[in-house]
Amino acid sequence: MIGHIHSIETFGTVDGPGTRFVVFFKGCPMRCAYCHNPDTWDMDGGEEYTADEILDYYNQNKEFYQNSGGLTATGGEPLVQIDFLLELFTKAKEKGIHTCLDTSGIMFRRNEPELLEKYDRLCKVTDLVMLDIKHIDPAEHIKLVKQPNDNILDFAKYLDEQNVPVWIRHVIVPNITDQEEELFRLGYFIGGLSNLKALDVLPYHTMGEVKYKKLGIEYPLKGVPALTSNEAIIAKQHIIDGIKKRRSELAENKKN
Amino acid sequence: MGSEWNGFVGGEWQRVVDVRDFIQKNYTPYEGDDSFLAGPTQATKDLWAQVMDLSKKEREAGGVLDMDTKVVSTLTSHGPGYLDKSKEKIVGFQTDAPFKRGMNVYGGIRMAMKACEDNGYQVDPEIVEFFTTHRKTHNAGVFDVYDAEIRRCRTNHIITGLPDAYGRGRIIGDYRRVALYGTDFLIEDKKAQKESFGNVYTDDVIRGKEEISEQIRALQELTKMAASYGFDISKPASNVQEAIQFTYFGYLGAVKEQNGAAMSLGRTATFLDCYAERDLKNGTFTEEEIQEFVDHFVMKLRCVKFARTPEYNQIFAGDPVWVTESLGGMGVDGRTLVSKMSFRYLNTLNNLGTAPEPNLTVLWSTRLPMGWKQFCAKMSIKSSSIQYENDDLMRPLHGDDYGIACCVSSMVIGKEMQFFGARANLAKCLLYAINGGVDECTGVQVGPKYRPVEGDVLDYDDVMAKFDDMMDWLARVYVSALNIIHYMHDKYAYERIEMALHDRDVKRYFATGVAGLSIVADSLSAIKYAKVKPIRNENGIVVSYETEGDFPKYGNNDDRVDSIATSIVTKFMDKIRSHHVYRNGIPTQSILTITSNVTYGKNTGDTPCGRKHGAPFAPGANPLHQRDTHGAVASLSSVAKIPFRDAQDGISNTFTIIPGALGKEDQIFAGDIEIDLSK
Repeated sequence: MIGHIHSIETFGTVDGPGTRFVVFFKGCPMRCAYCHNPDTWDMDGGEEYTADEILDYYNQNKEFYQNSGGLTATGGEPLVQIDFLLELFTKAKEKGIHTCLDTSGIMFRRNEPELLEKYDRLCKVTDLVMLDIKHIDPAEHIKLVKQPNDNILDFAKYLDEQNVPVWIRHVIVPNITDQEEELFRLGYFIGGLSNLKALDVLPYHTMGEVKYKKLGIEYPLKGVPALTSNEAIIAKQHIIDGIKKRRSELAENKKN
Repeated sequence: MGSEWNGFVGGEWQRVVDVRDFIQKNYTPYEGDDSFLAGPTQATKDLWAQVMDLSKKEREAGGVLDMDTKVVSTLTSHGPGYLDKSKEKIVGFQTDAPFKRGMNVYGGIRMAMKACEDNGYQVDPEIVEFFTTHRKTHNAGVFDVYDAEIRRCRTNHIITGLPDAYGRGRIIGDYRRVALYGTDFLIEDKKAQKESFGNVYTDDVIRGKEEISEQIRALQELTKMAASYGFDISKPASNVQEAIQFTYFGYLGAVKEQNGAAMSLGRTATFLDCYAERDLKNGTFTEEEIQEFVDHFVMKLRCVKFARTPEYNQIFAGDPVWVTESLGGMGVDGRTLVSKMSFRYLNTLNNLGTAPEPNLTVLWSTRLPMGWKQFCAKMSIKSSSIQYENDDLMRPLHGDDYGIACCVSSMVIGKEMQFFGARANLAKCLLYAINGGVDECTGVQVGPKYRPVEGDVLDYDDVMAKFDDMMDWLARVYVSALNIIHYMHDKYAYERIEMALHDRDVKRYFATGVAGLSIVADSLSAIKYAKVKPIRNENGIVVSYETEGDFPKYGNNDDRVDSIATSIVTKFMDKIRSHHVYRNGIPTQSILTITSNVTYGKNTGDTPCGRKHGAPFAPGANPLHQRDTHGAVASLSSVAKIPFRDAQDGISNTFTIIPGALGKEDQIFAGDIEIDLSK
């Protein structure tokens, strides 16, 4: 099977634990206003790889990844090419490689049995999912990324049921996703997930803007400043507060 | 020996000069973290403020605050100099005042004059007359022998940076010997060495005996120099403060006499830690006091300065001295050579702030203790001032008491040295191959008049064959120039004090180097895998190239082109090896240009890889700028394929990365969510 790959980064340090070999998949149905990889949206271009070719490449430098790192699939949205992803991760697991999936969860459909069976198999060969929840509010979510979020939140619950460890990622954009109430709500939601291992708050940056220029697309967040470190720390605390609230409620219920 | 060695484990080192044996028997490996470290004392802060103030004045004065124009710098030429005598725990400057540059003339009087003139000073006419008429310098000796071919290669920049007008540097005296033994012991040892040559007076024996006499004289003068500061270094150091001071005196002697392109310190930290541990145990000094000694020592190292010309500063991108200190590493017995003193050295970056000197170089092994690795990472992030070198690669060759001279040249301290040989420009050599020895910038017939490339498209086999021939020629001229240089340097600017701190029989590396490796690799790859058309000027000289199609580029872990790079390295090294070299040297090669890439770029025309005339070279063995598109690991893997055995003088890779690309900020990323909830 052939995968459509935008690019490969051999020294990934921010896409999962340790030093990672990061595969950027082509194709994504989301149109996040702050996307910094708009060049991965469509399926055209990029390079074609087989799973074996990618793993051979990984193997050449495996010393860099073997201690605490591994392989990360990101994009784009890797689940657009779920068959290829499944083959890649299955073969990676056979070699004992730590696999990490960075996804928006947008492709998940619980009511399609054939698809769900693939997800079931994928869970068995995935060591970590980094699930990027763009916005907790359904209406705001559509505004921000042109897609609803119900299946994304459902995917989070599904991963919990499947016992797949999850990092929740959340991009904080000034004036768009930095409202205390929404952050708290997000925290409250993910606080209910027992598979939650980490919270990865991603401060919005403007480094993607040049790519829009190159692609001739108007940049939706023109003029929005990058988020400062301090603002990110505050935002993180709002989410943590939400998680705590939910966790304490759960503990309370258990007692009763 | 007196009481100075009390408390140390004895051994062979007490009978013969053997610093490594002393270290091995007495050092304490440290596997902990950085929590024991002490901050700067008030005296340290005051002195450093003084240095910063002088630095500011020096910048305002246009780069030089003061220069000596009357007194030639020798070990005893100047009286003592201080910042603030009452506060300095480690003392000594090159002249009688901080920031006053000494005058080094033995490398070449013309360079000394120019260095003064360019900075608005004038060398005393009597000195000029003396060193022009009565006493020959290294530079004059070299130019008495240089032939027209070598001169053409110099002026057309195919051989560059030759140390034919200033000190060659890259020799590291074992300055620790001054502290461990004192000069009386060392002089006795040298006298015995002189005797050991016997009395059959061959050229080598005559030279050997004369050199050792010079070394003995230098040790005597070093003793006088130290006495002017109130120290008796004829006896061993008795505590860590003295050990640092005596070691520094040894180094200070070297930088008073020589203005080499790199004047490195060696591997002193863990040696000095033996004294620190003894003093801590005896209650002689506290951690704060020991850190203060180290801070003051490092402060002095940061103040080492030479009189240079603007051209020199341009080549080296500033005014570097390369006071390289090699830190850490692993011992051959499996114990780490990291000591608390290794931490204290890096801690100077906290206490004095970040600085390029001394060039703190961590000898890296995967087996280093985690506490040290973490401290190195932390200080790298904080200061961007640490250099890393592969101990696991060098230890099998040099053992565990080697150090780095300059940036990558490894040598066993006190037992090996090198003849520094600058670089041949291989990218230009490739262009000479295409143009039949004619320089693409000047139009001069520099190389042999071989048949140039003909036709409208470059053919790989044809270009390779011509390149091979041109490299043969270049290697011959290059080695010839270096033979002349080192013969004359030994004769007219011999490194007396540095060699006094070496064994009698020293292994001499004959170091050559190449520039432009990534350009050569990408150019040959372009010729092989794409279609490269030469564009000729009105004189028929190829001055530019048109490339159709894509080609593999060095720096992406792609064997198709990486194998070209490695084979060129091996090929050129073998050509160097085929020649006679001065004084039974062992030929080596470096792939190293950390600072001079801009200058190389200016003097090298368009290259078939698509680089334009004037565009800088990549540093050292780095891939060309923006040609490596698969991330750092792929880029580093390409570089790592270059065989050390054929580039034993070092392979450098200049690596820049924004901190954000190295990992997440702890405060923003919340891992282990269960634990974080309690906060």
